[in-house]
Amino acid sequence: MMNAALDISNVSKSYGNFKAVKELNLRIESGEIFGLLGPNGAGKSSTIHLIAGLCRMQSGTISVFGNDIQKNFVQTRRDVGLMHQEIVVDNFLPIGQMLDLHPGYYGVPLDPKWRDLLIDRLALTPHLSKKMMGLSGGMKRRFMVAKALIHKPKLLILDEPTAGVDVELRVALWEFVREINKRGTTVLLTTHYIEEAEELCGRIGIMNHGELIALEKTQDLIGQINQRKLIVKFDKGEDFKATLKEGESLHSVLKDLANGDRTILDFDLQKGDLEDAFISLTSGKGAPQQ
Amino acid sequence: MSIQDKTPPSFGEFDSIQSEEFSSTRSFITLFKKEMLRMWAVAGQTLLAPVVTATLYLLIFGVSLGSRVSLFEDISYIQFVIPGLALMGVINNAFANCSSSLFISKYLGNIADLLVTPLTPLQFMFAYSLAAIIRALAVGSVVLLVSTFFTDMPWANPGQAFLMALVSAFLFAQFGLITAIFAKSFDSLSVFTNFMLMPLIYLGGLFYPVQQLPSPWNTISMFNPLYYLIEGFRAAILGKGEIPILISFSISTGLALALSAYVVYLFKHSPRLRN
Repeated sequence: MMNAALDISNVSKSYGNFKAVKELNLRIESGEIFGLLGPNGAGKSSTIHLIAGLCRMQSGTISVFGNDIQKNFVQTRRDVGLMHQEIVVDNFLPIGQMLDLHPGYYGVPLDPKWRDLLIDRLALTPHLSKKMMGLSGGMKRRFMVAKALIHKPKLLILDEPTAGVDVELRVALWEFVREINKRGTTVLLTTHYIEEAEELCGRIGIMNHGELIALEKTQDLIGQINQRKLIVKFDKGEDFKATLKEGESLHSVLKDLANGDRTILDFDLQKGDLEDAFISLTSGKGAPQQ
Repeated sequence: MSIQDKTPPSFGEFDSIQSEEFSSTRSFITLFKKEMLRMWAVAGQTLLAPVVTATLYLLIFGVSLGSRVSLFEDISYIQFVIPGLALMGVINNAFANCSSSLFISKYLGNIADLLVTPLTPLQFMFAYSLAAIIRALAVGSVVLLVSTFFTDMPWANPGQAFLMALVSAFLFAQFGLITAIFAKSFDSLSVFTNFMLMPLIYLGGLFYPVQQLPSPWNTISMFNPLYYLIEGFRAAILGKGEIPILISFSISTGLALALSAYVVYLFKHSPRLRN
């Protein structure tokens, strides 16, 4: 059996009395783009920090491409590239120089062609002589993506990569992540943007209160949400908006609305999306079976 | 060729994005190189300022007050003070290089960039220490060079003086790393500098011979590790000292090795780095 890109087994992590991650089990196959979703404080970043070696687990094991992250940390850290959620500022050197140094920390030589491709695709070329403090928020994010990839990791972890960036950059980054993935890099992504996960990820795990409460293919997860959104437009007054639960009759709802003093002009019925699934799961209602 | 003339590489050139070449030594060299670049980027603060400070000390204690102080028959006061001032430069700068670099990395959060790399605890310790040693020895050397404008030194045993300076720099690099790992704020960092390091330096016989202190202060001073560093370094340069240089060297080296082992332990286990 081929080694998984990431295999998390019974991992727990506490900060004092607060249990950030509880008995987590998760396997991500090589070549996947996997999305880890959850509300703030769900345990996503703690999980990522455990994988990357930024914090220590209380119990369980994590292996990256078959290597235990504690017993063989030199190999596993070599294989992982992490884009931090927080903007990490090192203001001593220009970003071009920092990028040139970065693969060396991972024990690999700088590949000038790969560097050129990264700075070109991430539009960093005009900014290479600037220091981090001189970059806009979006540029800092781009630089952090380049830094996470410059040593050619086999597993790329993106922790909220598009938080606070404009739509254009977000779409460009999605395209970039897809191209990286096509060439064999496994991607683990956390995000608050449901649309981002829906767009990119083949499978999705949803965490809440330190536990994995759903683990499905993205389309299967959406498919399990049988709710539909109904929007009805009238000749006067405000639109009517409601959620139709499974089995609830559209006919009876429209009939009730038609009995009023307003005339129905139009209506729109939308299928559930990942956002509905997320809200449904994290609010403890209608959790799909794992 | 300008950047604009270059054709950017395409993804097509990379069938797979993986690098098979790995060298653990490269990780160590890169951290050391980054530390040297950081030091050079703020050279006015890291190299020039300490030399100016030491030169002012030379002017005040050596030239101005020194001509009125007579401690020994065959050694002038300025000759007595110069090795101490040079070693103070070594100690202060070894400490400051490690403590400020590591603490600022922690404070700004960019230590996370290093903690996720394959760098081992031993490599962390050696890379930070080696850069600190280079800065410390550079400052100490320039102080000694400046001192040649004020007086001639006997230079009894330069090799031993170099070894004592080396051990001193390594020892205080460890103090710097330990302080940076434990410090939670700039305030706690300055507490160690102002309330531990500076008293130890000034009470370690930098400006006066410890054996000439009245009892019990001369006995208490024997517990100050700085005393052995300063005394050993001074004995190597002047050719005479209060204690044999072998004792100074052995005590200093033993302490430096013990602390370096502790630093490696902290890089591996301290919750202040990885919680």
